[in-house]
Amino acid sequence: MVKKIPIGPFHPILEEPEFFELHVDGERVIGMDMTIGWSHRGIELLSEHKTWDQVPFLVERVCGICSCSHPYAYVKAVEDLCGVEPPLRAQFIRCIVAELERLHSHFLWTGLAGHFLGYNTVFMWTWRFREPILDVLEAVTGNRNHYAVMKPGGVRRDLPQEEIGNVLKLLDTLEKNNDMLTKAIVDDPVIHARTKGVGVFNKAQCRLYGALGPTARSAGYDVDIRRDHPIDAYDKVKFNVILCEHGDVFDKAVVRQLENFESIKIIRQCLKLIEDTKPGDISIEIKEVPPGEGIGAYEAPRGEVFHYVRSNGGNMPMRHKVRAPSFNNILTNELSVLGNTVADAGLITAAVDPCYSCTERVGIVDRRDGTRRVLTEADLVRLSHEKTELIRKRFAEGGGNR
Amino acid sequence: MSLALKALKKSPWIFHVNTGACNNCDIEILDCLTPRFDVERFGVVLVGSVRHADVLLISGPVTQNILPRLKRLYEAAPRPIKVVAFGACGCRCGIFRDGYNVVGPMDKFIPVDAYIPGCPPKPETIISGIVKVLNQL
Repeated sequence: MVKKIPIGPFHPILEEPEFFELHVDGERVIGMDMTIGWSHRGIELLSEHKTWDQVPFLVERVCGICSCSHPYAYVKAVEDLCGVEPPLRAQFIRCIVAELERLHSHFLWTGLAGHFLGYNTVFMWTWRFREPILDVLEAVTGNRNHYAVMKPGGVRRDLPQEEIGNVLKLLDTLEKNNDMLTKAIVDDPVIHARTKGVGVFNKAQCRLYGALGPTARSAGYDVDIRRDHPIDAYDKVKFNVILCEHGDVFDKAVVRQLENFESIKIIRQCLKLIEDTKPGDISIEIKEVPPGEGIGAYEAPRGEVFHYVRSNGGNMPMRHKVRAPSFNNILTNELSVLGNTVADAGLITAAVDPCYSCTERVGIVDRRDGTRRVLTEADLVRLSHEKTELIRKRFAEGGGNR
Repeated sequence: MSLALKALKKSPWIFHVNTGACNNCDIEILDCLTPRFDVERFGVVLVGSVRHADVLLISGPVTQNILPRLKRLYEAAPRPIKVVAFGACGCRCGIFRDGYNVVGPMDKFIPVDAYIPGCPPKPETIISGIVKVLNQL
C-alpha cells in the first residue's frame, strides 16, 4: 500500500519554506518528491538594478546563515572581472569573518540535529556556545548577523586591534567546548543507534548528484573550494579537509564537528599573520568596472557558493547568476531517505543542513480510499523523540540496538 | 478582562511563519529560546501548529507563492490572535521591495498588530516587542 506524506511548506522552527512529499509503504519510505521555490524573491534581477557596491548588501540576504559566503563569492567575481587583488589585511579579515561564520553555522546545525533527535540538552548547550561567536562578530563587524563586511576591492571595516585578544580568547573556549561536544556525540550509544547507517548517500551518488560541502565530504567525496581553488588568504594558511566514508547522518555530524577545529586553526593563523600588515590598509578603490565576465566561488558552510557577473562597462551588473549549494544538497534527500522510516525522514532531510524545512503540517493520504490523516510538525518531532526513547530504554535494559 | 485573556497574557504561545525571509530572523527567534535569553522563563513557547498559537510571528516579504498559504494560516489561527510583523522585510519588504515575485508587505493582506524592525532584530528587541503586544491585550 503506497501512501503519500506531504511535509511542508512551512516549518515552525526555522529555515525557508520547502515542500517534500514522502511516498511510504507502512513505515518505510519508498520515494520522495520535492517542490522548492516558495521563497523565490527574484534576487538576480534585483541585483541587476543595483550598483556594484550595493549588491553585497543584497546577496548577503540570499541566506541569513551564509551571509558572509555569498558576498564573498560576489566580490571575488567582481575582482576577477577587474583583475585586482585586495590588500593583504583585507584578505585576512575576510578569512576571519568567513570562518567565524562557519563556526556559528556548524554549531547551529549540531544544535538543531540534537533537537530533532530528542536531545534538547544538545540543542541548548550548542546554542549557548554559539552566542559568544555572535558577540565577537558584533564587535568585529557591527552586527550579529548580516555583517556587511565585504566590498569589491577589500572590506568595509578594519579589525580593531583591541578585539584580537577577545577573538583569541573566544577560540580557546570554543575549542574546549567543541572538543566536549564532539566526544559527547561520538561516545553516545543512543546517537550511534539513531544516526549510524541512516540516510546513507555514497560517494558515487555524490558525484552523480553533484553534492557539495559536508554532505559530500561525509561520503568521502573530496571537494573543498578553499583548498582546490584557494582565494585570498586561504593559500597562506594550513588546514585539513575533513573526510569520512559512510555518508550517513552520523558522519555528517562528525565532519561538521571536526571542521570546527579546522576553522579555529585557520582563524588563529590569520590572527598571527595579520600582525605583519598595516592597520587601515583594508581596501583598494575600484574606479571603473570594465566590460567582461567574472566568476567567484567560495566554500560556504554548506558547500560551494558560485557567483557569475557580466559587465557592459556600466555601474551595474548586466547579469548576475547565483548558485547556492543547497540546491544540489536538497536533491540528495531523494535517494538518502529511501528505505528509512518516517521517524528518520525528518532527521535525514535535516542532515544536509538548510533543508529540513517545513512541516507546518503533515497529511497522510491513503491512495486506496482517499482518506486523509493530518499530522502536525509536533507529531513528526514526537515520532522521532519516541524512537530515541525506545532505543534509550533498550540500552538501559542492556539489550543494545535491536 | 476575561479569564482566558488573563491566562493568555501569562503564557503567550508563538507560531512562527517565514513568508520568504532569509532565515536570519528565524534564527534570532530561535536564539531567544536558548539559554542566553531564554524567553520560556516568561511562558513564551514556540509551538508546532498554528492551531495552538496566540501570537503569529511573521518574517519576510510576502512572495507570490506563499500568499495563499499565508491567508489560510491566518484564517486557521484561533481568535484572539495577535500578528507581529517581524524584521525589516516583514514591516516594509526591506531590500526586496522591488522584486518581481514579492507582492508586498504582509499588512496589505492581513491585519498586523505590531511591527518589530531590524535586519535582523536583536533578541532584546524581539522580547520588548512581544511584551508591547501583550500589553495591548
